[in-house]
Amino acid sequence: MHASSSLAPPETITLTINGQARQMAVQPWVTLLDALREHLDLTGTKKGCDHGQCGACTVLVDGKRINSCLTLAVMRDGAEITTIEGLAGEDGALHPVQAAFVEHDAFQCGYCTPGQICSIVGMMNEGHARTDEDIRELMSGNLCRCGAYPNIMDAIRQTLRERGEKPASEKNATPIPAYHLAE
Amino acid sequence: MNSFTFARATEPAAAVRELAAHDGAQLVAGGTNLLDLMKENVARPPRLVDINRLPLAQIEERPDGGLRLGALATNADTAYHPAVQARYPLLARTILAGASPQLRNMATNGGNLLQRTRCYYFYDVGTPCNKREPGSGCPAIAGLNRMHAILGTSEQCIATYPGDMAVALAALEAVVQVQGPDGERSIPLGEFHRLPGDTPQFDNNLRPDELITAIDLPRRGFAKHHSYVKVRDRSSYAFALVSVAAGLEMEGGKITTARLALGGVAHKPWRDPEAEALLVGQAAGADAFRAAADHLLRDARGYRFNAFKIELARRAVVRALREASTA
Repeated sequence: MHASSSLAPPETITLTINGQARQMAVQPWVTLLDALREHLDLTGTKKGCDHGQCGACTVLVDGKRINSCLTLAVMRDGAEITTIEGLAGEDGALHPVQAAFVEHDAFQCGYCTPGQICSIVGMMNEGHARTDEDIRELMSGNLCRCGAYPNIMDAIRQTLRERGEKPASEKNATPIPAYHLAE
Repeated sequence: MNSFTFARATEPAAAVRELAAHDGAQLVAGGTNLLDLMKENVARPPRLVDINRLPLAQIEERPDGGLRLGALATNADTAYHPAVQARYPLLARTILAGASPQLRNMATNGGNLLQRTRCYYFYDVGTPCNKREPGSGCPAIAGLNRMHAILGTSEQCIATYPGDMAVALAALEAVVQVQGPDGERSIPLGEFHRLPGDTPQFDNNLRPDELITAIDLPRRGFAKHHSYVKVRDRSSYAFALVSVAAGLEMEGGKITTARLALGGVAHKPWRDPEAEALLVGQAAGADAFRAAADHLLRDARGYRFNAFKIELARRAVVRALREASTA
């Protein structure tokens, strides 16, 4: 990103982050991701590819999941933002998705995990995930280089079951096409 | 990313005035492609005008029985809108075949039309590119061109228009509504994007001081007989190597109306009314489908790494027509 510059004046914006209004002055080219990490020290949101391809920077803006690396902080003036730091209860109780990740060991290195979890919460808000196939498609914007996908799927299935939604199971999943199987 | 000045427009006329007053200024809505291009220094606008507060996010009924999609409605809100799902399932399915859920939550309908090619050389400022730097040359023609165009190419550029949504919009014969300093005008989707010719720096026929306000869908939505076939290197979250949007109307097993648009093969969604006319009056079946596919691809030209797309496109057309006709 750009170093400090006197070419454009900083804009004063207010973001409500995890329920708390935060005012800050940012240059217009500062992404929401960099505003969170560098201006507000909320480093739970991760910078992976910085190009919207990996999903590590996923946060919820007004309840919807987005890539925080591909939006400018100034474009989100007045928005309500939830990051991984804001998901647990005030008493420290883990969010059900966080608890399911611990229970199912749904990570290895953990770098993609905040984005995965925020994305799952966003997916649940959207309400379109029914089958395993749906889940895989609707989580395709979050990459895990360690390959923890099977356990991430287990965590998602459990969370859906706990929410009383139609449980996803292998039964209603599409079989793996033959051309995807090893020779 | 370059430094730039920033403004917010709260009414369409103000956005248009900003564009007219500041040379090189660009509008930003979802930002998913523009900010990516700015991070790569492919785009270096001196001024960004945020249009997210313009009242253009509605999806509303039109008096002619069609539907108006606001330019600022997100791809996700459009694809899951009940009227789009019920009457234009081809569009819903096509939008959901593109990008990721996060990107679809950000990307707007207007911006989607304006996304730029993913040609490797266009994206790499260390290489020449006639689209990025007119007159500098096209390394793709003799270079890595697996994703590149097979139809409507020129000696200057073989880039493709990368998107999905516009392919369905082409088949649906949507109309783009734009506003400029002299008022409003309508651009049929098929005339919105252009072929590269000698001026590949221009992706489309939108003028630099015009704002897209809406995309209008005509009444006919091919809700019963439609298909979107997208062939790509991964099963999700990848650009099309080849895609086909097909819409049919049928009576007693015979095709009465056909619309076909190809994606991933040209600098614009590719339609050919002659190929569509070949299907009219025909019984749905492999012979008629293959004849239309052959006609659509009759002028295709393959390059070193993308010649496979020609037969791939033919087969994708046949599959899309089969799916649409048996739906």
